[in-house]
Amino acid sequence: MNRATKGLAALLAAIAAACCSLAASAGGSGAAPGAGTRAGQHSVYAITGGTVYTLGKAGKIEHGTVLIRDGKIAAVGADVQVPDDAERIDASGKIVTPGIFDPESQFGVVEVGSVGETRDASIDSERFSAAFDVAAAINPRSVLIPVNRIAGVTRAMVAPRSTGNGHIINGRGAIIDLGSTRGFVHRDAAAMFASLGESGASRAGGSRAAALTMLREALQDARDYADNTGAYNANRRRDYALSRLDLQALAPVLAGKEPLVVEVNRASDIEAALRLAADFKLRLIVSGGAEAWMAADQLAAANVPVLLDPLQDLPGSFESLGSTLHNAARLQKAGVLIAFATGDTHNARNVTQAAGNAVANGLPWLDALKAMMLNPARIYGMDDRLGTLAQGKLADVVVWSGDPLQLSTSAEQVFIAGRKIPMVSRQTLLRDRYLQARNDGKPLPSAYIHP
Amino acid sequence: MKPSCLWAAAASLLLSASLAAKADAPVPSEFPAEAFPSTYQPLPSQPTLIEHAVIFTGTGERIDDGAILLRDGKIAGLGKQVDAPDDAVVIDATGKYVTPGIIDVHSHLGVYPSPGVSSMANGNEMTSPTTPEVRAENSVWPQDPGFNTARAGGVTTLEILPGSGNLIGGRGVVLKNVPATTVEAMKFPGAPYGLKMACGENPMRVYGRRHQFPSTLMGDVAGYRQAFADAQAYDAKWQAWEDKVKDKGRDAAGPPPKRDLGLETLAAVLHGRIRIQMHCYRSDEMAALLDVAKEFGFKIAAFHHAVEAYKIPNLLAKNGTCAAMWADWWGFKMEAWDGIRANIAMVDAAGACALIHSDDANGIQRLNQEVAKALAAGRAAGLDISEAHAIRWMTLNPARVLGLDEQIGSLEQGKNADVVIWDGDPLSVYTHAEKVFLDGAVVYDRDNPARQATSDFMLGHFIDADTNGSATGSTP
Repeated sequence: MNRATKGLAALLAAIAAACCSLAASAGGSGAAPGAGTRAGQHSVYAITGGTVYTLGKAGKIEHGTVLIRDGKIAAVGADVQVPDDAERIDASGKIVTPGIFDPESQFGVVEVGSVGETRDASIDSERFSAAFDVAAAINPRSVLIPVNRIAGVTRAMVAPRSTGNGHIINGRGAIIDLGSTRGFVHRDAAAMFASLGESGASRAGGSRAAALTMLREALQDARDYADNTGAYNANRRRDYALSRLDLQALAPVLAGKEPLVVEVNRASDIEAALRLAADFKLRLIVSGGAEAWMAADQLAAANVPVLLDPLQDLPGSFESLGSTLHNAARLQKAGVLIAFATGDTHNARNVTQAAGNAVANGLPWLDALKAMMLNPARIYGMDDRLGTLAQGKLADVVVWSGDPLQLSTSAEQVFIAGRKIPMVSRQTLLRDRYLQARNDGKPLPSAYIHP
Repeated sequence: MKPSCLWAAAASLLLSASLAAKADAPVPSEFPAEAFPSTYQPLPSQPTLIEHAVIFTGTGERIDDGAILLRDGKIAGLGKQVDAPDDAVVIDATGKYVTPGIIDVHSHLGVYPSPGVSSMANGNEMTSPTTPEVRAENSVWPQDPGFNTARAGGVTTLEILPGSGNLIGGRGVVLKNVPATTVEAMKFPGAPYGLKMACGENPMRVYGRRHQFPSTLMGDVAGYRQAFADAQAYDAKWQAWEDKVKDKGRDAAGPPPKRDLGLETLAAVLHGRIRIQMHCYRSDEMAALLDVAKEFGFKIAAFHHAVEAYKIPNLLAKNGTCAAMWADWWGFKMEAWDGIRANIAMVDAAGACALIHSDDANGIQRLNQEVAKALAAGRAAGLDISEAHAIRWMTLNPARVLGLDEQIGSLEQGKNADVVIWDGDPLSVYTHAEKVFLDGAVVYDRDNPARQATSDFMLGHFIDADTNGSATGSTP
């Protein structure tokens, strides 16, 4: 393909993606259209004999069966009849759980971290703020996706990133299915992202107070615009701080339909964000939350969840002096809904290690599983479809060789929306090429080996 | 003994022999050998017997229901049963594990400390691509809270390196992980210096952006070669002067050549007294650097990061150069694009010297977990590796990289009593370091707040009048 046709193809793909997302949005269904399987693949699977942690009402089931049909979970239990047409997966002695849901990632919007052309998670200007929607840029064929899904990561919120020169409202994120290249965006469960604290302050001119004022101004303008769109269009309204598209994009946030995820770490910044959210009746989600344990009671009272990295224990900045390995356990104990966001998309798979460390520092084991698998779905309002192994749910299922949090454990088979995922990634291919070269004793260069 | 152990033993013998031969090589003998001498003193200790533990010795062996005696800072006994003196503290470690203290050959604690504010970021002298004259020890802030969290993770020895912005970044320094108010009080007495060098994208990005040299990989390599060519000339100049002193006496020889701190460091590399610690990701660049080392007659102790080491394990083995790696970092730049989790295990399986390193204030707290991941990846690749063998990746092999494997890195009679008691299998995610001994002294005890050091920096942040002075109920 030459450069011109490549460009054309990219353009067509972008248009197609935009149309698709509009269609899905209008349909209102998060389920991937045609969430079945590729031709030639089974669409019925029975995972038998494993210890099943449903994370739902059914609790833990010994020697349980998880039956998957047409992308969904058809049945879960100890006495499930396995139909003749089902492909059986023997999970005896293994553990079966829902898939991992990364609540704040850059899947599909970053390939090589230092190569700007492969990054689409942020814009280095204030041209757009809330209207910047990463969904249109997501590449479902990213190499990062197989690397992480074969380790059990099945869903992800793709979030815009905060950068130095952008607006404090980073834009809109989208939830994706990591097992498909078609219809992979859940348009009805988006979220808006913004930054306060040190990051917001530096972009607002140098003070936290200015960042908070900018956010209040944006919300007030969006409300005024929503109430007076006709007057605005007739040029009979005062100037707004944001553009028309930005104001429109904030409407679902103001209506409480879409959550606002705010990057905020210092306890006093968290408290300020809580006040702002109460004033505008927002669905606030705290991201970062290094000192969230110091505001745990207020967070619990306001029903505000926290996305946190359980390994953050160093005072990396003056807004995270209270960082501690006990953050997750303390928040959980106070009744705050938590989910794990490690901030490293290339190694999103390492969330199991982070969760294990949270357990080593006081978080109950089952709550750690929930923080990776169920809570993100609850936080983004998708727990009607995801997060538990229960009849009718999308079949994101992982068969683990042992305790999912243990370092010696591997994901042996992953299903995403009922698709049996090939347990291969660019990394396993590189590994196998050089393992084979070693065993072959080099008759030919390794480039001739096609694992 | 496995072939790889034999190989390692032979290589370390050769290495110490070559060092000894060059001990009297010419250098500016006029000047003190050590500009910043160590003032390290071991903390007070008592003879301690740890018994009924699973002991991973660091040499690849495992002793079940084993005992180890620490006395006068050294390992005084090891085995199934060890007699203890009457005054020994006896620790019943039933159900617990013992390993050597963890050694990290690649840390920026103190030079890039927490908090990461710009005035504290002192790890990269990026005003010239070649700065062998600088020393990390002059940038280390001993109050970095990261030293304490690393100690709680079982790290007893660490090499602090300058960053990788320069081709030649300066001298690293090997520290014992004791709380101190000066870096001299942490310096490992007698430890050889390392010289940090960097391949690849970082130097060319830093200088290329400024339209300065080097802006390409070929510029990188030319930069190292010219620096060592200059060092050869400098060394010859000093050699000539020293010869003159020898022939005609100090007075007749005239004044010595002017000291050049950078060339002096590089000359010490040429004489084998300073060890090259080389940041390098790609297999082709590592091969080129091994050629440069051959050209100038020095040895590269280790390639650090070495994300593609699995592509050239035999070349590393042949050259006796170690690879210090992460368990799974990849993809943050082009030269890290081919990172795989089986890297350490595949390098190890080829008989080359493989080890874990952190390069990270968070990762250094859990190097045992990083080893566990690397082990799991190796086994998933079908390689037969015991847990006891994998422990070497964080103990004896890093000791070898630092040239300290005669003193630390394994639990053997007469070696330094740097020991960790773990409350379970150190390769489990749920395990904590329970007690950490450095030269026989307890430097960390998870159950005793009196042996949990905190940095001055951590004091007094959350004095809350609402809760009568306690920090919102508790401190971090």
